[in-house]
Amino acid sequence: MVDITSQDMTVNQANTSAANRFRGLSAVPSWLITTGAVVLVLLLWQYFGRNVNPVFGSYPTAIAAAAWDMTRTGELGAALLESIKPFLVGFALSLVAGIPLGLLLGRFRVFEAAVGLFVTGGYAMPLVALVPLLVLWLGLGFAVKAAVIFLMCVFPIAINTWLGVKVVPKTLIEVGHAFVAPNAVILRRIVLPATLPYIMAGVKLSVGRGVVAMVIAEFFTAISGLGGIIINSANNFDTARMFVPIIVLMVLATLLNALVGRIERWVAPWQVELASRD
Amino acid sequence: MGEVSLVDVSRSFKLRIGAETHTVNALRDVGFTIRDGEIAVLIGPSGCGKTTALRIAMGLDHASSGRVLVDGREVHGCGYDRGMVFQHAELLPWLTALQNVMFGLEMKGVRGQQLRDTAMHYLDLVGLKSAANRRPHQLSGGMKQRVGIARALAIDPKVLLMDEPFGALDAQTRESLQAELLDVHARTGKTIIFVTHDLDEAVLLADRVFVMRGGELQEILEVPLPRPRGDLGALRGTPEFAAARYSIWQALHKPAETVQ
Repeated sequence: MVDITSQDMTVNQANTSAANRFRGLSAVPSWLITTGAVVLVLLLWQYFGRNVNPVFGSYPTAIAAAAWDMTRTGELGAALLESIKPFLVGFALSLVAGIPLGLLLGRFRVFEAAVGLFVTGGYAMPLVALVPLLVLWLGLGFAVKAAVIFLMCVFPIAINTWLGVKVVPKTLIEVGHAFVAPNAVILRRIVLPATLPYIMAGVKLSVGRGVVAMVIAEFFTAISGLGGIIINSANNFDTARMFVPIIVLMVLATLLNALVGRIERWVAPWQVELASRD
Repeated sequence: MGEVSLVDVSRSFKLRIGAETHTVNALRDVGFTIRDGEIAVLIGPSGCGKTTALRIAMGLDHASSGRVLVDGREVHGCGYDRGMVFQHAELLPWLTALQNVMFGLEMKGVRGQQLRDTAMHYLDLVGLKSAANRRPHQLSGGMKQRVGIARALAIDPKVLLMDEPFGALDAQTRESLQAELLDVHARTGKTIIFVTHDLDEAVLLADRVFVMRGGELQEILEVPLPRPRGDLGALRGTPEFAAARYSIWQALHKPAETVQ
């Protein structure tokens, strides 16, 4: 008995000192920790990357030099612009279609039973395999790229909205009933705002998927934009150049995610306030 | 006028426990008439059917058989003749206190300056004019429920239905809200149907107490305390209060020969 007690004491002391150490870290602002992590990764990559054959890998300074080169010639900017146009159109369409689709799925049993299966199935659809078919329908240009991005983004948005509607407290909907609100008003004024955090989570998921879809579209249709640079550089074994659009895309997705976070705070400020409250 | 009758109302639920389906009779042939302008308290233990009866009277739930009459006319579903105050206020979190009160009025078709003025008037009635622009998470539990009462009153219903509205509040807040409710009742003369499991609350508020058990109406007791009830704290100390409380207690604890 005595032994167990003393062991417990040791464990407790260990926990306390660990907690203290974390409390020390909690004084450091998050942005500083993030910056430190990025710098650390870049340094490690630089250190180990330099010793690798430049065909098999690259490293930050070589990529930066390639990026500077491509920016100066205007190649990178033009490619970015060419990629972002179908992305914006496809993504906007997926919002316009996905959110109402999810609201209807969550709210109406008959609609859910009839259409729900196609949405869950559509989410898992191997889109890459269907690209050749889409090319037959829509050609090789702008339309097919927007369509690929749309198909990749619409399902997570619809599914997240659908899930969100399902967990709206019944009593909030009863408030609508108690004041004899028509179904459309309940949907717009109670269900939609209550579902916003879920919708925004779906939008964030879709940003990442949309960027991937953008590259897929550029690989498999008319080779162009950032995806075009990737594939052309890879074919020329110019690995440093290949990494430039990859990094640009990752940065783009991160910035878009931050933007969505901003928008969320703007359209649903109560949610952030609720969550930050103890 | 604001007379509410339940006529032979029964309500059964299908409940699936594992593979078996059970039928639960939440209400069995419940019939009563709440008089115009009175405060009627439905009391009973958990699962006695008091909330189900209230929800059916409101139109949020439907009776398996039987009818609901408001002023002698059968009603189906919710209507502006009845206003509901929910157990946890259920304010819409993205709207301010004022906008929450305005919500019901908008649904009723009130527009423009009248919408704002009416909502403000009822917020003032519950003493929350200064908190009009706060969101629900910036309000205390008692303030939320005040907004809930203002929202229900704003549509000017004949009957106010209240489902354990003070159950989640601390004792002091509850007492002040009880006094305020009596004040609102004196000023507006609304019929109030109030569900609670709190004996003191029943005696303080009610003209008549409807004791329910096992889905049936067991007994209706008059509370022989004069109106206005005056200082509720002092009232609690009187022998009349104690006697009324004891008679309800007895009704709640009677051997249950009719109840299965």
